[in-house]
Amino acid sequence: MALLNDDNLKQYVISVKVENRFGVLARVASLFSARGYNIDSLTVSATEQEDVSIMTIVVRGDDRVIEQVKKQLNKLIDVIKVSDHTDLPTVERELVMVKVNAPPNKRSEIYQLGEIFRADIADISPRTVTLGVKGDPEHIDNFIELLKPYGIKELMRTGRVSLVKE
Amino acid sequence: MKGADIIVESLKKEKVECMFGYPGGVVIPIFHALHNAPFKFVLTRHEQGAVHAADGYARASGKTGVVIATSGPGATNCVTGIATAHMDSVPLVVFTGQVKREQIGNDAFQEVDITGITRPITKHNYLVQDIKDLARIIKEAFYIASTGRPGPVLIDVPVDISNGEHKFLYPETVNLRGYKPVYEGHPGQIKKACQLVAASKRPVIYAGGGVVISNATKELREFVKKTGIPVTTTLLGLGAFPETDPLALEMLGMHGTYYANHAVNESDLLIAVGARFDDRVTGKIAEFIPNAKVIHIDIDPASVSKNVPVDVPIVGDCKRVLADMTEIVTAPEIGEWHAEIGKLKRENPLTYDRNNGGRIKPQYVVEEIYRQTNGDAVICTEVGQNQMWAAQFYKYTQPRTFISSGGLGTMGYGFPAAIGAQLARPDKRVIDIAGDGSIQMNIQELIVAVQHRLPVIIAILNNGFLGMVRQWQQIFWEKRYSHTCIDFAPDFVKLAEAYGAAGFRVETYEEVIPALQQALAINDRPIVIDFRVSREENVYPMVPAGQSFKEIIMRELLA
Repeated sequence: MALLNDDNLKQYVISVKVENRFGVLARVASLFSARGYNIDSLTVSATEQEDVSIMTIVVRGDDRVIEQVKKQLNKLIDVIKVSDHTDLPTVERELVMVKVNAPPNKRSEIYQLGEIFRADIADISPRTVTLGVKGDPEHIDNFIELLKPYGIKELMRTGRVSLVKE
Repeated sequence: MKGADIIVESLKKEKVECMFGYPGGVVIPIFHALHNAPFKFVLTRHEQGAVHAADGYARASGKTGVVIATSGPGATNCVTGIATAHMDSVPLVVFTGQVKREQIGNDAFQEVDITGITRPITKHNYLVQDIKDLARIIKEAFYIASTGRPGPVLIDVPVDISNGEHKFLYPETVNLRGYKPVYEGHPGQIKKACQLVAASKRPVIYAGGGVVISNATKELREFVKKTGIPVTTTLLGLGAFPETDPLALEMLGMHGTYYANHAVNESDLLIAVGARFDDRVTGKIAEFIPNAKVIHIDIDPASVSKNVPVDVPIVGDCKRVLADMTEIVTAPEIGEWHAEIGKLKRENPLTYDRNNGGRIKPQYVVEEIYRQTNGDAVICTEVGQNQMWAAQFYKYTQPRTFISSGGLGTMGYGFPAAIGAQLARPDKRVIDIAGDGSIQMNIQELIVAVQHRLPVIIAILNNGFLGMVRQWQQIFWEKRYSHTCIDFAPDFVKLAEAYGAAGFRVETYEEVIPALQQALAINDRPIVIDFRVSREENVYPMVPAGQSFKEIIMRELLA
């Protein structure tokens, strides 16, 4: 196995169209884990076809091994199609929910920030506010960065979904 | 119809002639149905033996091997056999029993998640969750196992599915949108490959197990006839090209011939056919084929450009691609290359020190097996020195006559595989070339060979060592023979007799030929021959693991 160092590390976005069946997720995930690759995010999405799901996998690795993983994914019987979205024009979305410290004197600032990012206020408590934001990964990154000074109590990102542009 | 009967009816539809297995609690319904099945059932004495036997049957016949085992330990005992078949692309369909659906995940008696365990070592696997899917799954399993790059498929059947009721309707076709093997090579790539061939000065064909699997032996020979390109084969490619042919370089790799390795190393074009650039072939990748362009023909896209960069990849069936290439290729002008290779072969033959009068050399036993059978046997091997000597000193001329665990290197494979091979090829004599270590790993199957009156010859090259590990300890590990001496051993002759097999001991050179002739005259039971061979004989040539061909060790380097 190739050793990972920063020089050849690259982030890949791989979209895998699969049969909507039990066991498929384990088959796909184990191809990465068997090579010691940590998946940054993996989203399993329903599609316009009831019996088809799409997995969007974001993973870091080097070219050669990712190429091999893609071929191995293609070999899985339950995999219908593998597309590498890494260098394609795509639209991407993910969702984040952030529970942030919100003392009374900071609360309106946080609301304003939320408005700029088109966040919805999911929950309010005496000490915290929970905001939900959707958008492309950069949008989410920026939002999180700006909330950090207030003290993030909890944060969850869904991982991205990715569609190739027409 | 009961689920168990659906299984048996499906096997009939698949024209199964022979099945291997072992019963247990949750497969009793299936065994109940198997009792009246019209095909042969071979009860092995261990599930691992059943899988290896089915594997040997498949490799010898080209058909799909079929196995059944119970849940839990029955299933886990199959694992080594399944992994062996997976590494060497052998078509198997393995049925395992499972606890009833409502108990799955509850740590029920003899429950194990066998689809989880075998996920990375099967081509595909199924847990049957609805009896209405059962026939379709079996149909798909046989299709997947035997098409494309073949491999093992496991079907896990909960006992309440076997006991359930459903009407039997065997599908005529399969519809798997995620599985469409490519057989035809791309015409543009084939043309490009042929241009490289025509322009080459020092080409070599590197033929692997894929040539045997796709029954492309004839096509390979025709391609060679037209182009005159010399051929080396991998371990699993033995028999793909006749080793008696002047253009044969025989086996390459760690224990390959000097001339095969030299020719490959010096080549300007390497044509890989149904081979996968295994590390035992390439040694140090960075120094492998420094001046060669590479054409790689393989049915598995994942094998292409995996270890070595490829100039012209051709994904397709070796058989069709070779036939297509033969049609349009023009022969390169390689007279000088032929002369060079001829000289290499003359000057660096496979050899060993014959020490007449001393302890028998194991290589001599293999040579004599070749002579006494006129090279017309099916040779199975265990793993280790016995395997390498069997590969080197017997000359293979026909496909499916060398059966060995290549990729996984499974000790204990050879003898049960020989049982399967002998069942598949009653017209041929099957000989397991074994070591005293390996044979003890599945010796329990001896009773199966006796029961079925199979005249398999087990030629034990008995040196009282786990010889290959000992060889490495000698050469690379200060000669510290840590736990590799196994001369505390059973009496193999008495052991054979206890099972009802014939047993001979051979201790001198003079006894070798008579013992083999005597064994070959017996045709109603297995024969164990305990050849007491030279204890510290090594396998040469040897390219040390991870090193380049230049580091090849040709013979004993005694101080």
